[in-house]
Amino acid sequence: MDYLNAIVLLLNYLFVPALSYGSQLALGAIFVSLIYGILRFAYFTAGDLMSFGTMFTILFTWYFQYLGINLGFLPTALLAMPFGIIITILYVLVKDKLVFSYYRTQKSPPVMLAMVSIGTMFVTQAIVRIVIGPFDRRFFDGEKFILKANEFKEMTGLNEGLTIKSTQVITLFVTIIVVSILFWFLNRTKTGKSMRAYSDNEDLALLSGIDPKKVVMITWVIAAILATIGGALYGLDKSFKPFTYFNNMLPIFAAAIVGGIGNPFGAFLGGYVIAFSEILLTYAYKKFFVYLLPASLEPDGLLQLLSTDYKFAVSFSILVIVLLFRPSGIFKGKVL
Amino acid sequence: MRKHLDIISAYSIMLGLIILVGFLQSWSMALSILCLCLISAVMTMGANIQWGYAGLINFGIMGYTALGGLAAVLVSVPPVREAWQVGGLNMILCAFLIAFMVFSIRFITKKYNQSKKRSYGIAAIIIVGLILLRLISAPAIESIESVSPATTGFLGGMGLPILFSWIVGAFFAGALAYIIGKIALGLRADYLAIATLLISEIVISVIKHEDWLARGVKNVIGLKRPVPYEVDLQSKEWFINLVEKFNQGALNLITNTLERQEALKQLVIESSTVFVKLCFAGLFTVVVIILLIITQKALYSPWGRMMRAIRDNEEAANAMGKNVVKQHLLIFVLGSAIVGIAGAMMVTYDGLFTPGSYRPMRYTFLIWVMVIVGGSGNNFGAILGGFAVWFLWVEAAPIALFLINFFTSGLEETNAFRVHLVNSIPYFRFLMMGIGLLLIMRYRPKGILPEKIKHI
Repeated sequence: MDYLNAIVLLLNYLFVPALSYGSQLALGAIFVSLIYGILRFAYFTAGDLMSFGTMFTILFTWYFQYLGINLGFLPTALLAMPFGIIITILYVLVKDKLVFSYYRTQKSPPVMLAMVSIGTMFVTQAIVRIVIGPFDRRFFDGEKFILKANEFKEMTGLNEGLTIKSTQVITLFVTIIVVSILFWFLNRTKTGKSMRAYSDNEDLALLSGIDPKKVVMITWVIAAILATIGGALYGLDKSFKPFTYFNNMLPIFAAAIVGGIGNPFGAFLGGYVIAFSEILLTYAYKKFFVYLLPASLEPDGLLQLLSTDYKFAVSFSILVIVLLFRPSGIFKGKVL
Repeated sequence: MRKHLDIISAYSIMLGLIILVGFLQSWSMALSILCLCLISAVMTMGANIQWGYAGLINFGIMGYTALGGLAAVLVSVPPVREAWQVGGLNMILCAFLIAFMVFSIRFITKKYNQSKKRSYGIAAIIIVGLILLRLISAPAIESIESVSPATTGFLGGMGLPILFSWIVGAFFAGALAYIIGKIALGLRADYLAIATLLISEIVISVIKHEDWLARGVKNVIGLKRPVPYEVDLQSKEWFINLVEKFNQGALNLITNTLERQEALKQLVIESSTVFVKLCFAGLFTVVVIILLIITQKALYSPWGRMMRAIRDNEEAANAMGKNVVKQHLLIFVLGSAIVGIAGAMMVTYDGLFTPGSYRPMRYTFLIWVMVIVGGSGNNFGAILGGFAVWFLWVEAAPIALFLINFFTSGLEETNAFRVHLVNSIPYFRFLMMGIGLLLIMRYRPKGILPEKIKHI
């Protein structure tokens, strides 16, 4: 019984939160990785693009709530998401036309493009803060829990409860669907294959008649879709605050690099690597061992490897270690 | 003279703008803008050395600034004897342990060839060392933090004049840069950018959460100043006389003695803040000028030429027998040390150390905007960038307010749209920075004052 309790404890506090946080990071990491592979620069606007998409999702959610439209037990935001995606796509395409395309035709070095993306980061951040303000916002509605701690306790008779929030399940479902469609697209369709070819060897791809404009456009569209979905899911699960989204850029980059930058599948796994290690290393294992060990061996400390204050620092340290020993990432980057 | 016309005109415009603020808003405001412009200029000089001279991207400016600030705390605050008594010994022991770990790992890497056994050995040293560190430091940290936590709760500093911290800050930042450089300098440009950005976040989170070091997010306030305090000045005979002398004309118009006394008192209070800021501005100007002379000399020395050669063509420079790796590390350390000075200056100016306020937007990306806008590779350009961008950053709100009022003048005062815009004025500075950066990068990619290379 104690073993079961210990397992449920870990499931409740480690596995389920890490899985949903990891999915949100993974969605961000995939598009950063794609942009790095195809457009060949570090896209510093990543976090703010996510907050841009989320902002419009929230605005549409409010509008639908005003109209009285809802999805029953599902959050209204799911209905608003497609509209947010469309606006974000328009925004990135306009941005590409006005800003990035010039440097592409000039064949500027990647560093220059990264600097330009810092400029767009400032602009995007300003737009988000001017339109919706810098405050913390919750936009979740519908059924909050799928499984409540008390219900679980009654059902199984265990001491530990297991809580599953509906947002966690939605996150997981949406991530699985989006990621499988994305990999099907990249690996099976002609356009996807041409994108991979372009990423592998630009000159060769151009020689074989691949239209670079189309490849670039599709990349931006995918980036906008992933950014909006990832951002909206994060906002549903926790809350929407522009500053947090900007900060999320850092673990997203960590995930993309750990997974091998330019390699979307690696980035996908990298998201989970970062999320799990952040939570595993900062969790206090005292209760877990209390269940497992006999009373005489009971630990007196918290058995926490690192204090939760260092949550972010963990992912960055992993990144530094990976960069030191395997600069191309765990899953070999730059193959797409 | 004609050769430097652009520099002279750009700087006179900048100075004119600051003086304009003095006339339109207040002199105290103008001087605080000037002081922060000077600090920003030091930071941009540091970043410019790395980016402009050597082409290294360092997005870790925030970390070095914070370390400089930490130095200001550790140098100027008097030591907390009680805390040293309860936990000092253990902390010193920890320092020795860390040194021992570093040296033993160095010894192993030097002595033995790369092998599985060696890697395991190093890993074992690190793990055992970390566990020991934890065991030794945990009780000490707890007892240190419980020494009157409302006011101290940390080890305190050395109780020296705060001006020393400007040098110590440089050493702190340089030491960190040495470690980071050893780890990350081999990376490609954009990897280096991300790695330094993330490492600077680690530095900040350590400073924030290790309360025994500098009170963490509880902040250290009331650091000693290198210049007189306003309250002291207001009671000094010579200062009152000086103020009287300056405002003779205005004071003579008032005939009533009592009113005259009152007016003089008001003037003394106002001028005391201006005087303090003038002192700060003077100190900062000295630093900027010294650094400018050194960096200019370095830029046109054989060493500077070598750095440019490395920047423009690394392989060719390598083929000519220049040690690229070593020079990169050197310039990385030098540039970061200058940023560290700026960090210490900033904390000295504020008189308080608030680790929570170090954010990448303000301390990393804004500094990069300054470097790019000013002109990378040109020290005068970098300083000008620091001035211009900081000026815009501060004055963005009044400008935005003016523009909003101008464009929405057709709408009513209570119009929801107009009220919303007026409420979000603080965020227009991000918009201005972003658009400014994009415009400069598009139409003047080398900055306002581009790099000029003297050909001999």
